[in-house]
Amino acid sequence: MDFSQLLSDPIGFIAGLLTGLLTGIGIPEPAARVVLMVIGVIVVASFCLVFPLFLIWFERRIVARMQDRMGPNRVGPQGLLQTIADALKLLTKEDITPIGADKIAYNIAPVLAVVAVISIWAVIPFAHNIVGTDVNVGALYIVSVGSLGTLAIMLGGWASNNKYALLGAFRTVAQLVSYEVPMILSLLVPVILARSMGMNDIVRAQEVWFLVSAPIAALIFFASSVAEVGRTPFDLLEAESEIVAGFHIEYSGMKFAMFFVAEFMHAFTVGALTAILFLGGWRGPFAEQYPILGVIYFMLKAFAGYFFVILLRATLPRIRIDHMLDLNWKFLTPVSLGAVVFTIVADKLIPLGAAPWFRAGVLFLANLLLGWITFWLLSGSARRMRQAEEGGEAGHGEEHGGQAEEHAPAHAPAH
Amino acid sequence: MLNDWAFIGLFLIMAAIFPGAPIVLNSLIFGPKKSNPVKNSAYECGIETVGDTWVQFKVQYYIFALVFVVFDVETVFLFPFAVAFGQVGLFAVVEVVFFILILAAALVYAWRKGALQWV
Repeated sequence: MDFSQLLSDPIGFIAGLLTGLLTGIGIPEPAARVVLMVIGVIVVASFCLVFPLFLIWFERRIVARMQDRMGPNRVGPQGLLQTIADALKLLTKEDITPIGADKIAYNIAPVLAVVAVISIWAVIPFAHNIVGTDVNVGALYIVSVGSLGTLAIMLGGWASNNKYALLGAFRTVAQLVSYEVPMILSLLVPVILARSMGMNDIVRAQEVWFLVSAPIAALIFFASSVAEVGRTPFDLLEAESEIVAGFHIEYSGMKFAMFFVAEFMHAFTVGALTAILFLGGWRGPFAEQYPILGVIYFMLKAFAGYFFVILLRATLPRIRIDHMLDLNWKFLTPVSLGAVVFTIVADKLIPLGAAPWFRAGVLFLANLLLGWITFWLLSGSARRMRQAEEGGEAGHGEEHGGQAEEHAPAHAPAH
Repeated sequence: MLNDWAFIGLFLIMAAIFPGAPIVLNSLIFGPKKSNPVKNSAYECGIETVGDTWVQFKVQYYIFALVFVVFDVETVFLFPFAVAFGQVGLFAVVEVVFFILILAAALVYAWRKGALQWV
């Protein structure tokens, strides 16, 4: 038994140990491999279902601190067992199906919501050899599985036979479906830079974090992912003060809890995906030799992202629906299209053998240029809107506004 | 390769069983089963719901969903290009830039038509 392997390849070590055990008691080799796979699946899936219990406690404590309160601190050390107590309470609550609900859709929705989030974790690399499975289309898999969550919310809202829930489902269509477009487009940028859709390949390609070579794509990905989770400032689909609780208004007991598990795990998944795609995932000093260190680096980065999601939730008020749609279709989508164009053009112009820092620097400059163009267009349109407003009040302001519009593009190259 | 997808298939099954089990436990074993018509009625403001719930919805939502379909399908075409990016020449890059410009033109068209205007 080689215990140094435990440090360099813990999964392989445990797998070898278990295979030895299973074949020792007379199970054929292929069957043992299947058993191992099932064990692996159960470990990752149960991690995803139990981890939100911790996340909910974490978030409640952090938000409480930000709002100058204590948060849950009675049940267990520092209130750690509070969520478990809540889950046990919800387990003994009555499961109500409202009259006239579409039974099948109503019951499938909470399960589907959790499936959508948990399945993402099948391809998340915790370290270079601690990963569920490293499929070569990881990014596409995440996009396709992640959008099942939207479907779950739509199903739940529609099947509840409740007008508030139906309004929540409508808003889901407008919001979650819209924000998927900039999310996919900005996800394209790390895929282009890494030339692979495999999650581990994307992490390996980050000699320099993609946050440096694609800052605009990183920001857009983060913002639209937060909108995908559907929490403040983008919590229109469950706005308590407008449509009571939106899509999960009729749910009770464990079904309600499952929507909660899905939401919190999704919020953490946003942090984890940002860490993998833009913050270098498990990369760090000695992470290649000791994968456990890689897990620690990855978790630290993921929690940093998650903390930022919580910070947004505690800071910003809810956004109005027309502002929300304008932000998506008139700002994030065009800018992410621009980010893709700038990235492919800049990356093709860089010579092949260039040093990673040189490459990142050029891409960073391309992003700066894109940012400057965006800022210039935005300030131009803001100026035009201001002048149009003034033109409404004064008589000849409109003419002046038209002149400024003509002059602006002519001046642009001179700057 | 096949092993990877077997893992994901197993994972999807497990991911459905794990949240399904507590729901079944709750509704069949632990939860009380004392339903009555008032408890099961739709939650609104205390008065019974007027009319059908599944009403006609605003066409605006439908338009946004349509614009989304256009973009979603077209971005899927960009993913294979992104993977092959290392092997393609400058000409293919120019072609993709044109493809994205056509996408952008679709966005501008929808914008000008007022499809993105919330009314």
